[in-house]
Amino acid sequence: MKVEDEAQFEHDVEELMEQVHLQYGYDFRGYSRASLYRRIKRFVGNTGIENMQELRQSVLGNSFFFEGFLQEITVNVTEMFRDPSFFLSLRQNVLPILSTYPFIKIWDAGCSTGEELFSLAILLQEEGLLERTKIYATDVNQKVLRQAKEGIFPATNIAAYTAGYYASGGKKEFSEYYVSNYGSLKFKSYLIKNVVFYPHNLATDASFNEFHLILCRNVLIYFTHALQERVFKLFDESMVDLGYLALGKKETLSLSVINARYQLTDKSNRIYRKAS
Amino acid sequence: MSAYDKVLVMGGSWGGIQASIQVLQALPSGFKLPVVLVLHRLRNTESDLQRIYEKKTKLQVQEIEEKELLRPGCVHLAPANYHVLLERDNTFSLDVSDLENYSRPSIDVTFMSAADIFGKQVIGVLLSGASKDGSAGLKYIYDKGGQTIVQDPAEAEISTMPESAIKLVPGCSVMSLGRIQEYLLSIT
Repeated sequence: MKVEDEAQFEHDVEELMEQVHLQYGYDFRGYSRASLYRRIKRFVGNTGIENMQELRQSVLGNSFFFEGFLQEITVNVTEMFRDPSFFLSLRQNVLPILSTYPFIKIWDAGCSTGEELFSLAILLQEEGLLERTKIYATDVNQKVLRQAKEGIFPATNIAAYTAGYYASGGKKEFSEYYVSNYGSLKFKSYLIKNVVFYPHNLATDASFNEFHLILCRNVLIYFTHALQERVFKLFDESMVDLGYLALGKKETLSLSVINARYQLTDKSNRIYRKAS
Repeated sequence: MSAYDKVLVMGGSWGGIQASIQVLQALPSGFKLPVVLVLHRLRNTESDLQRIYEKKTKLQVQEIEEKELLRPGCVHLAPANYHVLLERDNTFSLDVSDLENYSRPSIDVTFMSAADIFGKQVIGVLLSGASKDGSAGLKYIYDKGGQTIVQDPAEAEISTMPESAIKLVPGCSVMSLGRIQEYLLSIT
């Protein structure tokens, strides 16, 4: 299918999204439109769907088709040690402070397939904190949570991951953390021994605990300003005083009302700290 | 539909930094069009691209942040490792979905998004590069009635990118950097 009339396409998508909300409970109202439209266009292009009518019938008439559609229109792309300077800063500026607590709680919000989670766990292990840290890894998408639990990533990215590991202050041989087989890397399960995985929807669900560190990097870029604001308030409620919030490198708290209570620990890596 | 007469989107890869600087250098500080510049960059590497453009041009230069507003006379630079999209309210959206044409940022992604929002008001300029990224985006701009300009391959440091675009969009205007400068100065 080729989109000839952009306005008609957008109108049809909005109608479909309303019906998806009613039927399946997934609410896309707070999602940035440009990315959403682009991914739906890609999806219909790749699946050979002829027109929006056919898409509508398949999505609403077949829950298995809907699952596949959902996977494709939400972005789950992630990588290990994305922005090594961020992980280095975490290691140098944040973990030493967290180490003063007897017990550390971290929320990896929107953990997707777990690449960032394992990167974080490796850092905690090397700084001697893994044993007394509990990480809550959540995502709206249950399929990626199952993948994250497996800790198996394609070996094609190994060169970049290894470089990222050392650039972020890695202290060992990176290969100590995984077994390589059949084109995949299986990361050692002791790294996620203290991780609990569960589904959580940032758009609708409430606060469930208090944390010393919340990581939510490159998740909020897909949300509208209004939904971002909801999530920032949720994080604020879920944050101990003097806790840290880590956003993606191009994301900012500066447009949020909670900004007044937060200071930048590391501006270029967008690590914020809540005031006491 | 939009507060701007025209929106200039430029893309390049190998040789694209030099070429884009040469074009932008000619523009006066009162230049009215918003400029979105997408260059293929190394991922996970800190770079001073913003400072380089600030030094070499008279325009404001801003590496794009999430939800930032498109501004007249500002060169908005696509950040490393993000795709850049535009929204109906003239703000930027960033996206870390799959690479396109082995690239993130991808020129195609931004060109298409700009054409969806600004249609005929888009001026797409594709410069030197060793990639085919940008060709499909330029065709998309062309099909939506926007203006398409390609750097003369004979002059480009690497001609793959312009040549690929000319093949896909035979109706595009092929210009030297000097002609592109003159053209941009003539429309403001």
